[in-house]
Amino acid sequence: MISGRTGPTNDGSNPVMHDRTIAELARALADGEVSSVELTRGFLDRIEARNPDSNSFITITREQALAEAEVADAGRAAGRAGALTGVPIAHKDIFCTDGVRTSCGSRMLDNFEAPYDATVVRNMREAGLVMLGKTNMDEFAMGSSNETSYYGPVNNPWDPRRVPGGSSGGSAAAVAARLAPGATGTDTGGSIRQPAAMCGLTGLKPTYGRVSRFGMVAFASSLDQGGPLARTAEDCALMLGAMAGFDPNDSTSIDRPVDDYAGALDGVSLQGLKVGLPKEYFGEGMSEGVRGVVDGVAERLRELGAEPVEISLAHTDLSVPAYYVVAPAEASSNLSRFDGVRYGYRCEEAKNILDLYERSRGEGFGAEVKRRIMVGTYALSAGYFDAYYLKAQKIRQLISEDFRKAFEQVDVILGPTSPTTAFPIGERSDDPVAMYMSDVYTIAVNLAGLPALSMPAGFADGLPVGVQLIGNHFDEGRLLGVAHQYQQATDHHRQVPAGVND
Amino acid sequence: MQWETVIGLEIHAQLATNSKIFSGASTRFGNEPNRQACPVDLGLPGVLPVLNEGAVAMAVRLGLGIGADIAGRSVFARKNYFYPDLPKGYQISQYEIPVVGTGQLEIALDDGTVKTIGVTRAHLEEDAGKSLHEDFHGMTGIDLNRAGTPLLEIVSEPDMRSPAEAVAYAKKIRTLVRYLGICDGNMQEGSLRVDANVSIRPAGSQEFGTRAEIKNVNSFRFLEKALNFEIERQREILEDGGTVQQETRLYDANADETRSMRTKEEANDYRYFPDPDLLPLEVDQAFIESVRVELPELPDEKRDRFISEYGLPVYDANVLTASRELADYYEATVAAAGGAPKVGANWVMSELGGVLNAQGLDISDSPVSAQALGGLIQRIQDQTISGKIAKQVFEAMVAGEGDADGVIEAKGLKQITDTGEIERMIDEVVDANPGQVEQYRAGKDKVLGWFVGQVMKASRGKANPEQVNQLLRQKLDA
Repeated sequence: MISGRTGPTNDGSNPVMHDRTIAELARALADGEVSSVELTRGFLDRIEARNPDSNSFITITREQALAEAEVADAGRAAGRAGALTGVPIAHKDIFCTDGVRTSCGSRMLDNFEAPYDATVVRNMREAGLVMLGKTNMDEFAMGSSNETSYYGPVNNPWDPRRVPGGSSGGSAAAVAARLAPGATGTDTGGSIRQPAAMCGLTGLKPTYGRVSRFGMVAFASSLDQGGPLARTAEDCALMLGAMAGFDPNDSTSIDRPVDDYAGALDGVSLQGLKVGLPKEYFGEGMSEGVRGVVDGVAERLRELGAEPVEISLAHTDLSVPAYYVVAPAEASSNLSRFDGVRYGYRCEEAKNILDLYERSRGEGFGAEVKRRIMVGTYALSAGYFDAYYLKAQKIRQLISEDFRKAFEQVDVILGPTSPTTAFPIGERSDDPVAMYMSDVYTIAVNLAGLPALSMPAGFADGLPVGVQLIGNHFDEGRLLGVAHQYQQATDHHRQVPAGVND
Repeated sequence: MQWETVIGLEIHAQLATNSKIFSGASTRFGNEPNRQACPVDLGLPGVLPVLNEGAVAMAVRLGLGIGADIAGRSVFARKNYFYPDLPKGYQISQYEIPVVGTGQLEIALDDGTVKTIGVTRAHLEEDAGKSLHEDFHGMTGIDLNRAGTPLLEIVSEPDMRSPAEAVAYAKKIRTLVRYLGICDGNMQEGSLRVDANVSIRPAGSQEFGTRAEIKNVNSFRFLEKALNFEIERQREILEDGGTVQQETRLYDANADETRSMRTKEEANDYRYFPDPDLLPLEVDQAFIESVRVELPELPDEKRDRFISEYGLPVYDANVLTASRELADYYEATVAAAGGAPKVGANWVMSELGGVLNAQGLDISDSPVSAQALGGLIQRIQDQTISGKIAKQVFEAMVAGEGDADGVIEAKGLKQITDTGEIERMIDEVVDANPGQVEQYRAGKDKVLGWFVGQVMKASRGKANPEQVNQLLRQKLDA
C-alpha cells in the first residue's frame, strides 16, 4: 500500500503544493511562490474531484474559501500577514461556523446553521487561515470508525475498504488524502489520536481547558477538547498556536498564556529524556504488528538519547468502563436540547408535544447516539447514580493520581495509540464493545485532562501504526518537541497513501 | 380533634441584575417575545454558560441579610427534564451544595410577639421561558425572554404554624429583598413567586403529616386563601379516615381552590449531576466582605433605631420600616421638620398614608415631597398654624397648590397669636352670650369648651387654641 514518500525530490525541486506541509506552504506564501487564492483553488479542485473517493467532506465552502483567500492575499500585499496567513485548512463539522451548516454528522442538525463562529474557528480565521469546508465525523462524535455518520462512512486513503478511525475520521482522511494540509478535530476519548494513528498522521489532544469549547457541539463536556490533525508535529504546533487561548466564553477555559509551540520545537532535546513505558499498555489486546512498531519507537528514542523507564498506571483497565459511564451521562444531558422545538430536525405532523419529542429524536438520532443517551440516562437515574456516576468519578480520580505519580518519575509516557491498525468497514459496527475497546489506550488521558499526541511510527501489514506520547498538564510544547525530534530522525510521517499523488 | 398546621415556603426571587445569570442578554420585563434571548438562552449547539458575578453578589447579600453561612464552594448542577420552554432540556440550579446555607428571619405577629423562622438554604438557578397558549390556534408559542433570568430560591424550614405566619414570613422576605435591592418583589409580574408546602397533624404530635405543595399563588392574599383552602381540604380527608396524598397542587384564584397537578409517583426523576460546563463557585472572604460593606441598614436594625433614636412606639417603627423607601421618606421628613419625630410619624402614617392609599400610589410617587411635608410640620411646631389648619394646608399641597408657606400665605391661614386681637374676639363672644357666662360662673366648667369653640369659629380657626383657652379663663374667672 505504501506508494512513496514526500519531501524534497531527488532533483532538488519542491513537491507539488498539495503534498506540502503547512510549514512548507506558509513559506511558499511568504516567498510569493504561490498566492492563497491559487493554493485554495488548487485544494478546492482536488476536493471536488476526489472527495467521492473518501467522503471526507460534508460541506465544501468554495465561495467563502476563495473570498477568505483574497482577503489573505490582500493582507499580505499590505504587509499584514501572520505566520499562517492564507494557508487553507478544514474544520471538523462539530465546530459551529457562522452561516455555514454545522451538522455534527447527524440528521438532527442537517438543516442547522449557527449564527456564530466557534472560538476555534474565529481564532483560526483571525490568524489568516482559510476554511475549505467541513469534514465528516461520527454522529455527535460518538464512534471510533466514522461509520455512525448520517453522511455515510469515510474511506481510509491507505485502504478504502477500511475505516479511517473516528470520530474525526473525515479530518484524518482529508489530510491523508492531501485534500487539506491540516484539519481540526475533537477528542473526547481518542477521536483525534486514533484516526491520526490509522491514517498515518500527527494529531494532538491538548490539555483540557487549553482550547476553547465555545461553539464546539458538546458530546461530553468534561472530556471534550479540540486539537489539530496534520502530517507533522511542526504543523500541529503551528495549528495549536492559532487555536489555543483563554476564552471568557468558556468557563472551563484556562487563563494562561499560549506557548510559542512552533518556535520551541528545536529547543526540545531527547538527551536524557525520561520516557515512561506503562506495563499495562503492553499487555493483552495489542496486535503483534502494533507491538513491534511501538517497541521499535522505544528503541529508536533510546538510540536518540532518551531513557525508557518502565512505569505502572495501575487503574488503566478501569478507564473504559469509567468512560462509558461519564461520557454517556454527560451526553444524555447535552443532547436533550435537540428536541425539535427551536431548530434542527422536527418530525412531520406531530400530534402533541410528547409525540414531537419522541419522533423528532427517534428519527433525528442514529442508533449509536440513542444507545449512549439510554446508557447515560440510566447511569444518572435515581437509585443508580451512586453505583455508576459517582463510582466512575472516583475511578477518574484514581486514574489522575496514577498519572500524577508517573510524572514524578518521567517526562513523557509512550505507548500504542490504538490496539490495532485500521479495521475493515462494517467489521465492528454490530459489536459496540469491540468498538469501544479500540479507544482503550486513549481514554484515560481524557479522564485525566492531560495532553497527548499520536504520531506515525511505522506500518503493519501495509497500514499505518501510531504511537502515543502523553504529557503532563500544559506540556504540549514538550510533546510536540519530542515528536518533532523523532520526525527529524525518521520518515514514517512522510509516507503517502497509494494513488494520492497520481 | 385539634389539628396543628405546618407550613414551609419556597420563595423564588428574580434577581435584579441587568443581564441574565449565564449570558449577556438583558433581563428587562415586557419586551416582545424572544427579543431578549441570545444563543445561550436559546440553547443553541456549542454555546456555554458563564456565571454572572452580580447574581452571586446578590445571593451573598441575601445570605448576610438572614445571618446565613455563605458557602466557600458551591456547585451548579443540571436538573434534567423536557419542557418546551426549557431550551437546553435541563435547568442549571444548585442542588447538593447551595451558595447560602442556614439562616433565620424574625417575623412580628399580630399579638405583638416575635417569632423566628429558620431558612434552610438559598440557591442560585436560572429561570425558564414561558409557554403562551393563547393566540396560536391550538398550538403553543414559546417566549424565551425570561429564560436565563437569575433566580434565588429561598427555602424555609417548616416553622410556620398558620397561614397568617406564612404570609408574615413571605412579606418579610419581600421587604428584605427589596431593602437589599436584589429583587423588585413584584408578585404580579412574577418577580417574587411563592410555593407553599403544607401539612396538618394532630396537635401535640411530633411527626409531620403528608404534605402538599401549592404552586401558582401570585399575591399574599391568595397565599392566605390557598393555604386556608388546603388546610380545610386535608382536615376533611383526615377526619373522614382518609390519607393525604403527597402531591403538587395548583391554586386557582377564580375558583378559590387547589387542584392536583401531579402526584409523587408522577414526579420527574431529574437526574441531577454537577454541570461540567461550570466550575464550582468559589466565594472567598474578601468577596463576602466587599458585599458586607455595601449592605444597607436592614429592616430589623432600622426598626430598632427608629425606636431608640426617634422614641417611636414599636407599632409606628414597624409600619415606617416596612419598605426602605417609606423609611427614607420618614427620615427625610423629620430632618426637614427639624425634629418632632412623633408628629412626623403621625403625618406620614395617617395623613399621607391615607392619600397614598386612596390614590393607589407608592411612597416613591407621593404628591407631597418629604421636604414639603417637613416644612408643614415645622409650621405646626412654630405655631404658625394649628394642627387642624395644617390638614387644610396639606390638602392644598396634595392638590399641587404649592408648599406649606405658600398655601398659608395665599389662603391667609396664619395663626393669630396677637393677644390683643384674641382678647377682642373673646370680648365680643363673652358680651354676646351672658347666659353662658352665668352658667360657667355657676360651676358648669364644660361651658368653657363651648366658649373656645365660639372664639375659634370667630377667628375662622386661625386663633391659637391654647392662647384662646388661657385668655378665656382669665376673662371668665376675673
